[in-house]
Amino acid sequence: MDEDIRKVLDEHGNLPVDVGTLQDEDDLYQAGLTSHASVNVMLALEDEFEIEFPEPMLRRSTFESVAAIRTAIGELTGSGSNSSGP
Amino acid sequence: MAASEGQPFRDELVEAGILVPTGTEGLYGRSALYESVVDGVEQLAVTTAASERTLSYRFPPVMPRQVLEQTGYLSSFPDLIGTVSSFTGDDKDHKRLMEAVQSGHGWTDMLEDAGVSLCPAVCHPLYPTLRGSLPEGGRRYDVVGWCFRHEPSDDPARMQSFRQHDLVYVGDAVRATEHRDRWLQLGHDIFVELGLDVEIVVANDAFFGRVGRILASNQRSEALKYEIVTPINSSENPTAIASSNSHLDHFGQPFGIVTAEGEVAHSCCFGFGLDRITLALLRTHGLRVEDWPQATRERLWP
Repeated sequence: MDEDIRKVLDEHGNLPVDVGTLQDEDDLYQAGLTSHASVNVMLALEDEFEIEFPEPMLRRSTFESVAAIRTAIGELTGSGSNSSGP
Repeated sequence: MAASEGQPFRDELVEAGILVPTGTEGLYGRSALYESVVDGVEQLAVTTAASERTLSYRFPPVMPRQVLEQTGYLSSFPDLIGTVSSFTGDDKDHKRLMEAVQSGHGWTDMLEDAGVSLCPAVCHPLYPTLRGSLPEGGRRYDVVGWCFRHEPSDDPARMQSFRQHDLVYVGDAVRATEHRDRWLQLGHDIFVELGLDVEIVVANDAFFGRVGRILASNQRSEALKYEIVTPINSSENPTAIASSNSHLDHFGQPFGIVTAEGEVAHSCCFGFGLDRITLALLRTHGLRVEDWPQATRERLWP
């Protein structure tokens, strides 16, 4: 799942840094994710994982790191938040 | 439409002849008394800004339609916009148009886009004119005009057509934040002097849809918008009568505005909601201006 999340961030996050250099817990907003880009990331994640984020998840913290996104998608797909290796 | 909590106050204003209903919610004529309050508030803003070497501009209440797209307004607030359509047909089309009117059928689909939109925020027509390099230290602007937002309501504090007086800074990020902080304080002090019970609060815009939820959450987390609120219809839900908006490079980027140092410009705007301030004064001090506190009268009409 992480690879797909990173691919979405790479294609839609418009980040000024290489997504590959970011740790799972790194703050994406600190890394340069803008408000409008986070919206594009949200929409692209919905397409990629065929999910729809429910209203309580439509907030800044859901998209603040690769780990946070993984947790959110895990909750929605039932695949758990720790599906990736260390 | 269910009556809003603002309807009783609207009825009082209409009965007193201060607002004149037009038959469409949120569109009013204003009496001379009402306008004298607007002018007083307006003059206070101008006097306060006088020391800042501000460039004053007045734009029409309509703007090139593409500005709606470039500012991101269409993306963030599609439900609030208004665009202008015009008739461009020939005699035959005109005949069809009048037949449609007479038969009571819709006729607006016979119109063509005029390439013009109503202005949703008075500072928006300013940014496209600033393309290029700013002077050292950036620049301050003062813009006053009419805004349109499609929010029909019987609450007089939610008009479809209303006036804003915006104090805008365009330049570097640090000065943009200073501008925000200074004007929030100046605005707050003006309202206190006018006898209004005000509070500064972190706020968010009413961005549209699911995507808008995230934009609103981000705006609050970063404290990009503050409002100065005061009770108009209720103490529980006070109304914003002024706001500050930190745009970061939201306008600098699409309009190619750069600082003297070559960085993408940041901007910040402090807006006085002239109609809402007037309504707040009428609500707080009563509909008879001659009975208002002496201090308020002296500030408004020195």
